[in-house]
Amino acid sequence: MNELFQLILSGITVGFIYALVGMGFTVIYNSSGIINFSQGEFVMAGGMSAVFLLKAGMPFWLAFSLSILITAILGIVLWKLIDLSKERSVISMIILTLGYSIALRGLAEVIFDKELHTLPSFVGDGAFEIYGATLTYQALLVIFISIIIVLFLYIFFKKTKTGKAMMATSDNIDSAKLMGIDIKKILMLNFAISAIIASIGGLLLAPITSTNYEIGIMLGLKGFSAAVIGGLSQPFGAVVGGLILGISESLVAGYISSEYKDAVAFVALLGILFFMPGGIFSNLKAKRI
Amino acid sequence: MIKRNIDIIILIFILIVAAFAMKNDFYYEIAVLSILNAIICIGLNLLIGYAGQISLGHGGFMALGAYISAILSSNYSLSPMLSLFIAVLFMGIFAYLISKPILKLEGHYLAMATLGVGIIIYIIINAQGDLTGGPDGMGVDVFKVFGYEFDTNVKWYILSSIMLILVIMALKNLIKSPYGRVLRGIHDSSVAVESVGADVAKYKSYVFVISVIIAVVAGSMYAFFSGFISPAEASFNRSVELVVMVVFGGIGRIYGAVMGAVILTVLPQLLTSFEDYQTLIYGIIIILVMMFMPKGIVSLFDKLRKNGAGS
Repeated sequence: MNELFQLILSGITVGFIYALVGMGFTVIYNSSGIINFSQGEFVMAGGMSAVFLLKAGMPFWLAFSLSILITAILGIVLWKLIDLSKERSVISMIILTLGYSIALRGLAEVIFDKELHTLPSFVGDGAFEIYGATLTYQALLVIFISIIIVLFLYIFFKKTKTGKAMMATSDNIDSAKLMGIDIKKILMLNFAISAIIASIGGLLLAPITSTNYEIGIMLGLKGFSAAVIGGLSQPFGAVVGGLILGISESLVAGYISSEYKDAVAFVALLGILFFMPGGIFSNLKAKRI
Repeated sequence: MIKRNIDIIILIFILIVAAFAMKNDFYYEIAVLSILNAIICIGLNLLIGYAGQISLGHGGFMALGAYISAILSSNYSLSPMLSLFIAVLFMGIFAYLISKPILKLEGHYLAMATLGVGIIIYIIINAQGDLTGGPDGMGVDVFKVFGYEFDTNVKWYILSSIMLILVIMALKNLIKSPYGRVLRGIHDSSVAVESVGADVAKYKSYVFVISVIIAVVAGSMYAFFSGFISPAEASFNRSVELVVMVVFGGIGRIYGAVMGAVILTVLPQLLTSFEDYQTLIYGIIIILVMMFMPKGIVSLFDKLRKNGAGS
């Protein structure tokens, strides 16, 4: 029983990271119709920049703010590249964002290195005991900050003027244009926000599992699975998707086989794509076209 | 007859000239790798360029077939040809079965589903170490046809060149046939093709099966040629590399796929002196081509030809 509870707790922690990566996908997808295959590299960029800025002797707060800023800029650069492209077919956008992810990995190899790194836990190495299971301070922080980000995004998209303009753009780009919304600025903002969410994910994750220049590939793909499970067109579905994924992965690793742990995300992805392509909430709500 | 096959004649000429120009064994090795990649890309291009379906899992499909060939011939001492035949048969049926649910999806969803299958294959190959050697890979015995051993790079160059020519001739005929016309129609508008009575789903799954079989044959050859296979062949990166070769060369053009494969196989060899920057440069090239030449490298030649005709 305690083991089960422990597995669920660690599943929830990782699940929130997947949720953050997944939300990054939906923010870009809903505004531009593009699946950004470099989302995982934004996570990597956040964690790795922080590791090396800290090594350079910067204080925590400065290193973290700077790495978030750097990743936001990487997001904006990606948008500029897309904006300058001649053709925006599904295939060319897939290849362009894949190319960007390869370039970012290459850049990380050059600027940083190929070693594994860990960030020190920002809240100390202590842990709580809950019904015989341990929850580290860092894990609790991951859960806490993730929930804050989700709430923040919710308020931003539903209540603020800029956020509403962004939602309007995703609903119908032409009528948004007619209403005088500056589409290009909105899209740029979407790419920046998406990159920021991902970089925070990277910062939160780096103290729990180590990070390196390649960590973004798997994380990005699992984050995408989380987004598809929750429904690509529903920005907050990724949270539920991420948690389902994190917990089932943890249970598979604990009870079945740690070798097949990574397969969970992709089996779930295929199951959802084949049987309910709109995500697990697709039956509750009318399909948005 | 000659006019219609002028490209094949030019290709044979280039392959022969290249054979004389290559100075040592290493050149032959790169040439064989380029040709095998070209063969895989021609098949993948049929799927992407003619049927309009993307696959981000072709590395996985190719490697699963290649592992079957390698395991049967090296661990169970079946003849290489029989192993290859079983691998092709198995992967053909496999591709046909998964094509049913997968090809119902479109665009991003299709890309993601093929990616998912590819990665599951990758994970299985890594986990089944007793059969596959796990992450370290496995050795593969030399390729033999009726006792004749393909044990030098020159022999492999000849064998792979012949395969390349046969695959191109077969696909040219396919594209010109009534089937090919339907395929091009599917790419432009599958609704229109359906309205004249063609079963679009059936055609799509045939093309998918053909592209997987071509990849399995060339991938198995790759394993026999290098005497080794590792899970890297099934990785997401490998699948991406194959799609990039097709798009880089030019979607929907047979020789685009060939050029993309050759250039992107040779390029990393030229970049070895920039070893640390190799990945970065590779990524930047992909971005620039997609931004400014979305029709691929062949579109440059089209422009040259147009300008030449004009002057």
